[in-house]
Amino acid sequence: MTDRLHIDQAFDQDLERIREAILSMGGRVEEAITLAARALEDRDEDLAQAVIEGDRAIDALEEDIDQQVVRLLALRQPQAGDLRSVISVMKIAADLERLGDYAKNMAKRVSVLATSPQIEGAGSSIRRQARQVGQMLSDMLVSFSHLDVALAEDVITRDVEVDHMTNALFREFITHMMEDPRKISACLHYTFIAKNVERMGDLVTGSAEHVIFLATGSRPGDRVKGASTASLDITPE
Amino acid sequence: MPATMPAILPTDLPPCAPLLEGLTDPTMLVGADRRILMANAAARELFAANVLGAPILTYIRQPDAVTALERGFAALASGEHPAQPFEAKLIKTAQGQETVLRVQVTPLSKDFGVPSMLVGLRDISHIEDAEQQRRDFVANVSHELRSPLTVLAGFIETLQGPARNDPVAQEKFLDIMDREAQRMNRLVSDLLSLSRVESEERVRPRERVAVSDVVLTTIAALRPQIEDAGLVVEFHDLTDAPSIAGDRDQLVQVFHNLIENAVKYGQSGNRIDVAIERIDAAPGMNGPALRVDVQDYGEGIDAIHLPRLTERFYRIDGHRSRTMGGTGLGLAIVKHIINRHRGRFSVRSTRGEGSTFSVLLPFG
Repeated sequence: MTDRLHIDQAFDQDLERIREAILSMGGRVEEAITLAARALEDRDEDLAQAVIEGDRAIDALEEDIDQQVVRLLALRQPQAGDLRSVISVMKIAADLERLGDYAKNMAKRVSVLATSPQIEGAGSSIRRQARQVGQMLSDMLVSFSHLDVALAEDVITRDVEVDHMTNALFREFITHMMEDPRKISACLHYTFIAKNVERMGDLVTGSAEHVIFLATGSRPGDRVKGASTASLDITPE
Repeated sequence: MPATMPAILPTDLPPCAPLLEGLTDPTMLVGADRRILMANAAARELFAANVLGAPILTYIRQPDAVTALERGFAALASGEHPAQPFEAKLIKTAQGQETVLRVQVTPLSKDFGVPSMLVGLRDISHIEDAEQQRRDFVANVSHELRSPLTVLAGFIETLQGPARNDPVAQEKFLDIMDREAQRMNRLVSDLLSLSRVESEERVRPRERVAVSDVVLTTIAALRPQIEDAGLVVEFHDLTDAPSIAGDRDQLVQVFHNLIENAVKYGQSGNRIDVAIERIDAAPGMNGPALRVDVQDYGEGIDAIHLPRLTERFYRIDGHRSRTMGGTGLGLAIVKHIINRHRGRFSVRSTRGEGSTFSVLLPFG
């Protein structure tokens, strides 16, 4: 992470191992998001079940990373830049774990949605939104591995698109609900999912901020936020 | 971390390294330190220009692929040589598209410079797509056949029961049943003709066919439908058009399907133009060709639908297409026939102005 040779080679090696664990945990989370969104669109309950079960592995990885971090802190007592690295890594692991939970939550709603009235285009819209977040996550992980500040900043600016997509989806679902009360239950589930995906975007953005902190030692400034759904109002005519 | 990375000189790399650069599949050499030693142009394009020296897990993170990598590293550490490479599937999302890649991990013998393993990726999305299309096809056919059958079964029951002594209702129901039976008939004959066209797709047609004659015959055969729709077909023939090597019946089917579509979906315009032109050069064609344009002035097609129009059972508006008697197979048949004639098929359309379906047929 810095160009100077580290005095304590053991510390570097330990940190290296933790960073690898983060990357493979990230890979699992990415897969969970991709597959959960696919299960939702294809109404594939088996795939959804696989995602739900896969979340345990993600939780275990986080615990493992936590333990490694604690060990590293206790044994090597890192300072300054090293301490920053360790803390950022721990925070990113926590974000990834939350992301995994959201993917699992999406998968959990698949079976209810598979048996309720179909909402035209909802599955594919959610999948598009999830893909956007998945790609941000992928770039965040690459920026973490390379300590690429520019890429991390790019990830942060792309969160606005997720916010816009969420708003568009809210509008769509509200319209469906007003048109046909039988669709309310399905649309509510979709609304929660869309909101969760939006939260996932925020978590990825948070992780990208940790990457910047890790690389530069300072936090990025305030970012642009997309319009909030809090002010969204669609009133029937 | 660059600081702890041992410097690896090009001479330490296995002798195959320069060859990898020439491979079209993304290929990398990964050292025992789990970092990328070498990545060919395809791999740099797939991931990023600066992959060298990065941990392989930066780019290959999915659980199955990581397992394949771990097994590779284990083999590398123990000096064993697996009989087969370790394989896994990997889904990569970029620009909103999912690509499915197969990852192959092959540990290389220690005799070749530094211990390393070859990580090769291959795009297998088309195989996955084909599998998906096959599944969709079966589902579609069953669905298309079932809906007229349900209608028939329903009316038979009604005729046997409540409408047993109601001649007015009987008349009406028999009409509907007739329509549905015809629809099934059309679907089955389209499916048969699709499978026939496909089985002959690699057999080059040998007959000499005059294209303007084919078009004229087709327009004459469709005359009643054209008049019912209140349309006028203007045929802009090409005098002394050369004959082409073709299958007459199949070409009739192509123009029949295209002109019939123009009649069905171009009703809001009041005419259809059919024109033959000679084209000396076209992209993807070796020599001169004839171009036949079928142009309607109807409501046109949204650009998002254009790439998928020739897919089987793809419909822009399923309900409307079915009430018009469409089977969803017409353009798929057209595409296969034109492929057999080594021709090209293209669609241009503007919403609100109409669509032009063009067929390019090489002659000579």
